Amino acid sequence: MLRINSIKNGFVIDHIKAGLGIKIFNYLGLDNADYTVALIMNADSKKLGKKDIIKIETQMDLDYTVLGFIDPNITIDVIENSAIREKIKLSLPDRVENVMKCKNPRCITSVEKYIPQVFYLVDHSKGEYRCTYCDEIYRVSES
Amino acid sequence: MLKGRHLIDPMDFSLEELDDILLLAEKIIAKPENFSEALKGKILATLFYEPSTRTRFSFEAAMLRLGGQVIGFSEPNASSVSKGESVADTIRTVSCYADIAVMRHPKEGAPRVASMYSDIPLINAGDGGHQHPTQTLTDLLTIKSVKGNLSNLTIGFCGDLKFGRTVHSLIKAITRYDNIRIILISPEELKVPDYIRNEILIKKNIDYKEAERIEDEIGNLDILYMTRVQKERFFNEDDYLRLKDRFILDEDKMDLAPDSMMVMHPLPRVNEISYEIDNDPRAMYFKQAKYGMYARMALMMKLLGVE
Repeated sequence: MLRINSIKNGFVIDHIKAGLGIKIFNYLGLDNADYTVALIMNADSKKLGKKDIIKIETQMDLDYTVLGFIDPNITIDVIENSAIREKIKLSLPDRVENVMKCKNPRCITSVEKYIPQVFYLVDHSKGEYRCTYCDEIYRVSES
Repeated sequence: MLKGRHLIDPMDFSLEELDDILLLAEKIIAKPENFSEALKGKILATLFYEPSTRTRFSFEAAMLRLGGQVIGFSEPNASSVSKGESVADTIRTVSCYADIAVMRHPKEGAPRVASMYSDIPLINAGDGGHQHPTQTLTDLLTIKSVKGNLSNLTIGFCGDLKFGRTVHSLIKAITRYDNIRIILISPEELKVPDYIRNEILIKKNIDYKEAERIEDEIGNLDILYMTRVQKERFFNEDDYLRLKDRFILDEDKMDLAPDSMMVMHPLPRVNEISYEIDNDPRAMYFKQAKYGMYARMALMMKLLGVE
């Protein structure tokens, strides 16, 4: 198996659904990183079959709300001095802002661009969000 | 307490607050002369970004009958909106001149956005195919006046249930009362949006069914709420032409309806209710228009904290 060295200070974002790793990688702007970053795709996983993993060798502010929105099954290990300081489990956030855009052509946000794109969680089991302005329903998997 | 609040969605008010408004409307109907100066010195701004005769006249007449005055525009080309002004800037400016404002807009959610930037109470007078809460106040007042209460009713909604904003608003509001049964009669393409079916009907465990023919259901209804298939909501004219004549209420169908059934319609109608039904005592749609003015009088008084 491919081996990637452990990190000393930073994060391990694990249990990412296979295929979503690149989305998170791009969201976090890691393509411009000047520190060590690893994106591991399609790693074997007992729970998921295949999974993606991201390792980041730096301290930074991670927006757990957005990461939870992209994939609520993600786990995050916060690493300090080569040891896990904290394990964080994510879940779907109740509210997201400027993470996705409403696609309803009749929605006011389609013509007035200054308006923040706000969605509220309406069904946890289905991962469904509602646009706060026009009430259009979106599934996280479609966004 | 309704003073200073906005009305954007029927769910913005509690049941008690809705009932309070209806109660005041009934007082106004009983003795309108007692209220002729209730809003003297107050100014209503009417911001109509989309054509409207009925709703705009209803609001203007309501304010004038309460002794207040009206400013505004009835089509955006005659205002700074045509220069590209945002709804946020428009309402912030209007807030400096008026005490209360009413907005109709073709885009869904525009009044919600405006309310976020407004210093004065803002009323949604219809946003795209989304919501029309003052039509709902009108409908509730009409039903209460004719039926005596707002519970234990079977209501059939017929026609364009996808873009029919009056339908969405009334379903949201009426299902808060006890023992309401809903029958949705529409073609496949014009069924109610998912958020109405999932968040209101299913989540609140409302007894509802979907049907495709008026004549199969009309015998069991207390109220038949007809709607127009609206040309302006379609991006494709072929779809409009294919669907516009699917549901027409005529005398033959009315023969199957109970004597006590009310026929309602938010108006304007095109051809979905035959003119021969207008003299049927069960036809309530013109009375609805009058109730609408009283409902709006009561609403504006409440939002301005005057009683």
